[in-house]
Amino acid sequence: MNAPLLRVEDLRTWIAGNDCDVRAVDGVSLDIQRGETFALLGESGSGKSITALSIMRLLPDAGAIVSGRVMLDGLELTALPERQMRDVRGRRIAMIFQEPGASLNPVMTVGDQVREVLDRHLGVRGEAADRRVLELFEAVGIPDPSRRLGEFPFQLSGGLKQRVMIACALACEPELLVADEPTTALDVTIQAQVLELLREIQLRTGMSMLLITHDLGVVSETAHRVAVMYAGEIVETASREAFFERPAHPYTNKLFASIPGSRSRAERLAVIRGTVPPLTRDFVGCRFADRCDHAWDRCRTTAPSMHRLPDGQTVRCHLYAPECVEMRGRPAAVAQPEAVPAIGAGTLQPSNHPLLETQNLKIHFPIRRGLFKRVVGQVKAVDGVSLAIPAGRTVALVGESGCGKTTVGKGIVQLLPANDGVVRFDGVDLANLDPAALRQRRRDFQIIFQDPFASLNPRMRVSEIVEEGMTALGIGGSPVERGARIDELLAQVGLSPDMRYRYPHEFSGGQRQRIAIARALAVDPRLIVCDEPTSALDVSVQAQILNLLKDLQERLGLAYLFITHNISVVEYLAHEVAVMYLGRIVEYGTTAEVLRAPKHPYTQALLSAVPSIERGTQREVIRLQGDLPSPAAPPPGCHFEPRCPRAMPECKAAYPGESVVSTTQRVRCFLYPQK
Amino acid sequence: MLRYVIRRILYAIPILIGVNLLTFALFFVVNTPEDMARMQLGVKRVTPEAIENWKRDRGYDKPLMLNSAAAGLAKVTDTVFWNHSARLFLLDFGKAESDGRDIRHQIATRMGPSLAIALPVFLVGMATYITFALLMALFRATYLDLSGVVLCVAAMSISGMFYIIGGQYLVSKLWNLVPISGFAGDLSAWRFMVLPVAVGLIGGFGESSRWYRTIFLEEINRDYVRTARAKGLPEGRVLFHHVLRNALIPILTGAVVAIPTLFLGSLVTESFFGIPGLGSYTIDAINSQDFTVVRSMVFLGSLLYIVGLILTDISYTIVDPRIRFE
Amino acid sequence: MIFAFKPVVLWTDALIFALIAAIALFVWYTIRHEHLRAPWRKVMRSTGGMMAATVLSVYVLIGILDTLHYQRALPLEKQTAEMRFAPEVLSVLDALTEPLRLKQERTFSAPFATHAHSKETMQGADGTTRRDYPRLKFGGAHLKNPQTERAADVARGVLQGIALGALIWTLASVILTGIVAAHRKTSFAGTSGALWRGELDVPWRTVLVTLGGLLLVGCSLAVLSGRYHVFGTDKVGQDVLWLTLKSIRTGLVIGTVTTLVMLPFALVLGIMAGYLKGWVDDVIQYVYTTLHSIPSVLLIAAAVLMMQVYMDTRPEIFDSVTRRADFRLLFLCIILGVTSWTSLCRLLRGEALKLRELEYVQAAQAFGVPRWKIMARHILPNVFHIVIITTVLGFSGLVLAEAVLSYVGVGVDPAMNSFGTMINAARLELAREPVVWWPLASAFVFMFLLVLSANLFADAVRDALDPRARAQVARPSFHWRRAGRQAGSGA
Repeated sequence: MNAPLLRVEDLRTWIAGNDCDVRAVDGVSLDIQRGETFALLGESGSGKSITALSIMRLLPDAGAIVSGRVMLDGLELTALPERQMRDVRGRRIAMIFQEPGASLNPVMTVGDQVREVLDRHLGVRGEAADRRVLELFEAVGIPDPSRRLGEFPFQLSGGLKQRVMIACALACEPELLVADEPTTALDVTIQAQVLELLREIQLRTGMSMLLITHDLGVVSETAHRVAVMYAGEIVETASREAFFERPAHPYTNKLFASIPGSRSRAERLAVIRGTVPPLTRDFVGCRFADRCDHAWDRCRTTAPSMHRLPDGQTVRCHLYAPECVEMRGRPAAVAQPEAVPAIGAGTLQPSNHPLLETQNLKIHFPIRRGLFKRVVGQVKAVDGVSLAIPAGRTVALVGESGCGKTTVGKGIVQLLPANDGVVRFDGVDLANLDPAALRQRRRDFQIIFQDPFASLNPRMRVSEIVEEGMTALGIGGSPVERGARIDELLAQVGLSPDMRYRYPHEFSGGQRQRIAIARALAVDPRLIVCDEPTSALDVSVQAQILNLLKDLQERLGLAYLFITHNISVVEYLAHEVAVMYLGRIVEYGTTAEVLRAPKHPYTQALLSAVPSIERGTQREVIRLQGDLPSPAAPPPGCHFEPRCPRAMPECKAAYPGESVVSTTQRVRCFLYPQK
Repeated sequence: MLRYVIRRILYAIPILIGVNLLTFALFFVVNTPEDMARMQLGVKRVTPEAIENWKRDRGYDKPLMLNSAAAGLAKVTDTVFWNHSARLFLLDFGKAESDGRDIRHQIATRMGPSLAIALPVFLVGMATYITFALLMALFRATYLDLSGVVLCVAAMSISGMFYIIGGQYLVSKLWNLVPISGFAGDLSAWRFMVLPVAVGLIGGFGESSRWYRTIFLEEINRDYVRTARAKGLPEGRVLFHHVLRNALIPILTGAVVAIPTLFLGSLVTESFFGIPGLGSYTIDAINSQDFTVVRSMVFLGSLLYIVGLILTDISYTIVDPRIRFE
Repeated sequence: MIFAFKPVVLWTDALIFALIAAIALFVWYTIRHEHLRAPWRKVMRSTGGMMAATVLSVYVLIGILDTLHYQRALPLEKQTAEMRFAPEVLSVLDALTEPLRLKQERTFSAPFATHAHSKETMQGADGTTRRDYPRLKFGGAHLKNPQTERAADVARGVLQGIALGALIWTLASVILTGIVAAHRKTSFAGTSGALWRGELDVPWRTVLVTLGGLLLVGCSLAVLSGRYHVFGTDKVGQDVLWLTLKSIRTGLVIGTVTTLVMLPFALVLGIMAGYLKGWVDDVIQYVYTTLHSIPSVLLIAAAVLMMQVYMDTRPEIFDSVTRRADFRLLFLCIILGVTSWTSLCRLLRGEALKLRELEYVQAAQAFGVPRWKIMARHILPNVFHIVIITTVLGFSGLVLAEAVLSYVGVGVDPAMNSFGTMINAARLELAREPVVWWPLASAFVFMFLLVLSANLFADAVRDALDPRARAQVARPSFHWRRAGRQAGSGA
């Protein structure tokens, strides 16, 4: 075996905090071979990004490498004078970041931003530089590159910006590319484009890649080897094959088990109890011991070391210590969660009277210009959406960012006025209600939001937050009765009643989302609109919230409109799925129908783009060209036509009507016989 | 672009009308012309005839807003409001109450000296403060930066009047380097300008440098700066090419709004140094309670400020591509 | 019946009492809410902030003493049993510094002078006239031979002052240590040790050192001011130290009451504009843009001139000079408030615009919570830190503005002591030979100290309360970094 390109030895990086220092990276060692993609996987706060920044020596002002070595092909980077380190950055190691929007200089043309690298490291200027930039833009798949040269970042879409970032990084043909969550901020179809681009470039140039990610799917699609980080340490390294076939560390196993999907549909998701320990203290035993189902005394007293398994996999767990072999067969301390009675498709017949129904719902936002704020155009965020949500069922609304799915949710709970169409709850047209009657109706439908940090008022106690809806709608009886109800609600969402006097900042993201759920439940709603309630959470916490939502549905007979872009969550939770594209629903059907036998080319492309962790499913990714068009100026005809791989001449002419595929599945596409 | 400018100018009109109405209310409704006459003529021993004469001389004897005695258009035009307030829109300021001189002419001749002091302070000041702030940002979180901030806070804790008095005492009186006050219309004016300009520079130093430092630090923490470093660019280029360019947007646009008001000069500096500019004109008017001049200056000040706002918007479109391409 | 008096509450007094009550309420509320207390605890941990707070509290103490006004009773007249009061309105500070106030010389005298600043023609006992520096009536009057005795006398006074200061300081530190010890539930000795080694969270050591410095200087001045005019006298022979002390209240009133006056406007209008949007927003924006477009000095000048005309043409409204001056001060605060609310209003509008899109506000809307309740419960508490930061940051600017306005002639009443009137009166005296520098120097020192402490305190408050500033400043404890670099240059 050759010497590794990059070797990190016992790296420790601390970040100065206000009260004490955070040991964000605490003894990380890893090797990256030439031409290999090495994935560093971890949940938020595990120290994976700080590891990457330490390698680049680009730490924030408050952070510093305390000890350890970073060797690039034998060159000790941590000891290098800053001046020489600059020759390494961008030339031998390049880096791309998570937020392509914020990572490009907003007032420089993208061409200049690439040119700058060429000038700095290769001394290439003038026309030669222009030629090279064009070449690079073509290589990273930027359409119409000569025009893009002179444009500014804000004129490009997110996917294009990330391509520019990649062009910058590739300009000097680096030996190592550090990619810090390069696709997290992108939509799944764009993510597929970018991942494929990275793979293709690597094949072509033979560079190594350090991929930082939290997404097992991305790892499965791109990595050769994987390291899992937990609380500042690497707990497991393995080849991709070994990793997905035989994950060794209990933490890794739990991660796999907590991913929702069809296979887990009938059962509860595995959850990792507790939270990641704060990295401000010394650890005596294993950092995962408190959350581990397999932990025993030794785990709490002795820190485990890395054990090498026969096939080269390494794992930091006492279970794999030669002297502890007998512990491995022992059953886990916590029994696997019992399967809940299946309520999947078929057990509940769709009732004739949907609880909530929208017909041709339109929500447009006027674009105003000029002195008198004339309306010069409309952003057609929602442009004719018809949905029906039966009582006690979950309808998932799936789509990429900007397709209008959140606007539908807000329109349904009457946070936004509709321009046209009807929202009927229990047969009552909500738009026709006077304000007082509408207020009385509001208790029937509630909403849970995406961002657990923005959805709770930081100046209010938990009890006040939960009580707000009851007081506003005048339900819940006397203050004493309401107090009892708050305790009951907190218990119902898995929080202890003595938390009622605390403030939101004392809770983790998952706990905050529980509080938000309790707030919605307080008024006994029959429908809850869940607007991406888990997309800001780590996968292990997501599992807790999904379990909770499923339990509540069974116990209280709630109906959910589940707005999400995450297909695996849909598979796990939804009975019916609506796929939305640019303000309209393009396909509607039961979960099985839509996910197993998608009819609309967009649905097909969307599903194929989702990175999968299931091995052996060598699927063909349908590559979509370009980005979502602006809802202010949708393409004539079928909105999807410009990107559609199966577009036909008639698609340009008119928006297709509804085609009935089965009793439950409908699609709007000319490929199918129109009604 | 032209349409944009025109639109911005149209926006300004209602604001100027508001300013006009406000000053009118302040000067003619809160206190009636009677009060002013009594004030000007001495509170005691004033005959009703004297008051009437005083009012008639200045045209204050007419009705305020609506002349019901007049006919036709004169109902509106033959009023105090029309003759004294609405005319300001035509930059027709009338004559000063105290000496009867034409105010517009005074303003035109006095703008020069005001600008001669204010413009160098503005230009040299921007350059100095930005440089100093950049240095502090470059050495951020070191003792150099800390002492710079302490210096700024100390400097901004001293009233500007002490800088003037101290400067006059040391430079002019003790060391006899330049005249203590006065002005000249020719090239020898530089001898009179040196001290006020220097004092103006020192007076603005603390607050501006510290403010610019904050802007730089805010910019330095942004993601694109990290990208620039990840490209291997040297710190100087990161600072001057990336940070400075972005930080200049708030700095420049914040400064542009002040450019038209430079014409107004500084009340305190001009009066201390005896510079015959608009600042000392205003102060003299305040001291002699010449309301016509004060009213004119209020209107002129707002007008220049609004011009500054329009220039700010235009400068945004020049320096910020995000707005330029909207 | 010598001590009979009638308390007098002037307009600004009432507002100051209201302000104190508001602050007390705020402190009480904050202490009971952990999440509100946390940022203030951070302020208390900042060395610069606590040093500034110590100095500020001395100023505030003087200001409050000067705010408790009263009228003395006149000696009872036999015929009427009715009590009558002197027209002169005095404050507790006046009573405490009565010797300073009453020991008025004829004109200028230098600090610690025993003779006047300029020669006068005097008539000797024998009828001859000569020109010489006359002895002062009070300054160093107890000395037989000033030239030889003065230095020793001053030194003695300083020593006495230091002794007195040290005594008070020891007492204060014992009490403080005791309180801290009781709070920490540790022994007195242990607390004392920790305090002086700087191991406590709150930098009490800094507080005590600052207090010690202030006490030593203050007590020395107090002792000496009984015998000399330590800062000299002004043109009409008034003690400059006394004038400066009296100026403090004016500065504090301008800095605080102005904010008190403008806060309601800025808060209500700013939040309404941002939350309600639509035509309400348009109207409010129009109002503040219009007001803001008038250069503030000119607007203040115009308004104050108008008020002057109003007051001058109606001299019968005010029964005493004090009341008149007080009303003018109040009016100045109001007009300063009118010109300064616009920027805070704009800030709050922007913040409310951001907050109204936040999800907890939308959650409240989904419950049908009334709009005013959303503004009161969800918007107001979450913009309050901006209000506090603006208030403390604005204080020093207002104190400085007072000086300029008084110079321009649209500041406080000429009869009212203020830094501005002092500077204005003294600036021409620099042209005298020999130079009269002490009134300026005195005003400079006291004003600089006040504004500097206010600025430092404001910085500490902003760092603690502004989440954005916090991110920038968060780079404190580099113990390990320093340790790691000892091998290097040690820089």
